[in-house]
Amino acid sequence: MTAAVAIRSAAPAMTAPPPLVRLGAVGKTFANGVEALRGVDLDIRRGEFLSLLGPSGCGKSTILRLLAGLTGPSRGSIDWLSTNHDLGFVFQEPTLMPWANVFDNVWLPLRLAGASKASARQRVEEMLAKVGLAGFERAYPRELSGGMKMRVSVARALVTRPAVLLMDEPFAALDEITRMKLNDDLVALKCELDATVVFVTHSVFESVYLSDRIVVMAPRPGRVVAEVHVPTPSPRDEDFRLGAGYAAICRETSRALHGAMGGGVSEGIAAG
Amino acid sequence: MKTDKVIRYVLPTAAFVAAIGLWEATVRINQIPPVILPSPSLIATTLVKDWRTLFGSLEVTLGITLEALVAATAGGALLALIFAQWRPIEYAFFPFAVIMQVTPVVSIAPLLLIYLNPSVAVLVCAFLVAFFPILANTALGLSSIDHNLLDLFQMYKASRWRQLLWLRILSALPYFLGGLRIGGGLALIGAIVAEIAAGSAGQGAGLAFRIVESGYRLNIPRMFAALFLISVTGVAIFLITTALSHLMLRRWHDSARGRET
Repeated sequence: MTAAVAIRSAAPAMTAPPPLVRLGAVGKTFANGVEALRGVDLDIRRGEFLSLLGPSGCGKSTILRLLAGLTGPSRGSIDWLSTNHDLGFVFQEPTLMPWANVFDNVWLPLRLAGASKASARQRVEEMLAKVGLAGFERAYPRELSGGMKMRVSVARALVTRPAVLLMDEPFAALDEITRMKLNDDLVALKCELDATVVFVTHSVFESVYLSDRIVVMAPRPGRVVAEVHVPTPSPRDEDFRLGAGYAAICRETSRALHGAMGGGVSEGIAAG
Repeated sequence: MKTDKVIRYVLPTAAFVAAIGLWEATVRINQIPPVILPSPSLIATTLVKDWRTLFGSLEVTLGITLEALVAATAGGALLALIFAQWRPIEYAFFPFAVIMQVTPVVSIAPLLLIYLNPSVAVLVCAFLVAFFPILANTALGLSSIDHNLLDLFQMYKASRWRQLLWLRILSALPYFLGGLRIGGGLALIGAIVAEIAAGSAGQGAGLAFRIVESGYRLNIPRMFAALFLISVTGVAIFLITTALSHLMLRRWHDSARGRET
């Protein structure tokens, strides 16, 4: 197995599904003058698991916020090429409403779209079952472990069956064992729902394990410097993680990231 | 666990009873005249004997305290909501709220007594001291909302109104209840201070007025009896607001949670 590493301009013309959203020469400068993004061209394709990988300050979270419509681009364009552009967002923290129980938290997106409790019940319970939390409807967030709270957060993001699931280093605060389990469940869920995921991470190993495609970014200003394709089909398992192909792609990705950091700087490359 | 509970309830009760017993014994053994220091038993007797007068005064003070607290709660919470929704109004009016708060109520009371009739002046004083902590706490609560939750509501295109009802108000609730607990105690203090400032001019005849009046008449046991009722009122307000806060937050807020040990 060979790792298909390509610099942006020479991305391989695979049998790619049509893009869902297209970022054209997107730039973002904050009010304080910091240039967060410069000239980002990026297609997000239907059904892919795309990781944005890079050190702190490379603008990967800004891309998520732009996609979510929480902020607008300073330059360039973001074009949705599909009619459905409902979104789900999973933050680094679970970001649950502490006064609401699990059911009400997951119900929230549907409720804001006008669905009554009765009409949302089936969808909420179904999604909770999918993330492995059936029976926890009446629990309050503070009664749950960190991993379970994250599962609620994922269920809430997916309950509207969004076109794109945006995840901002979602499992970074969890312990290694919980994170690996959640990663596996996430990929299984993504395959089952045929969802599109944009996943922000600073872990090379996590991004290679999860993604179909990794976009490597560099800071100051935030920009895309390389793209790595992971050809092994999802869902993957422990054998993949221990295989030679995985190691090779990790090495290539790491090298791309290293290049992005200007070669000499290495402390920004987070491992594991 | 068991001994812990015993210590938590029995110990303070025993200490309290012991203190009262010591007081009673000191007065009896040394034959201290009631004008200097009445014994607890004499205070209790006075409380029963003068109940009609004292209860009337309690009603007055309690009435003013509760009216002031309700007005301060409604006013403070409402103003905090307005501040949170329209920042320019906060910038314009917050200094007034601060000035009102930092100026000791005793120094405003004589002025208010000139402009207003005494019972209204007392009410306004109690309102002024209870108002600020409720306003400040609620405003703090409304502005310290999880930004990610705000982003989430914005992403799902929640209206400003729903954001307020489903997110801001609930998220500010623990802060508001904290303000209410402080405000409850302060409303009583404000009412008492204003009654004392009003002194003999006060026609309302609340508990503080009774204390001043009994002092003039050297009726020290009645002074203590009135003081006792004020303490009981304060403790009752504290217990009620604390219970309310616990009741509203126990399902979800860390402040209402016992730590697992």
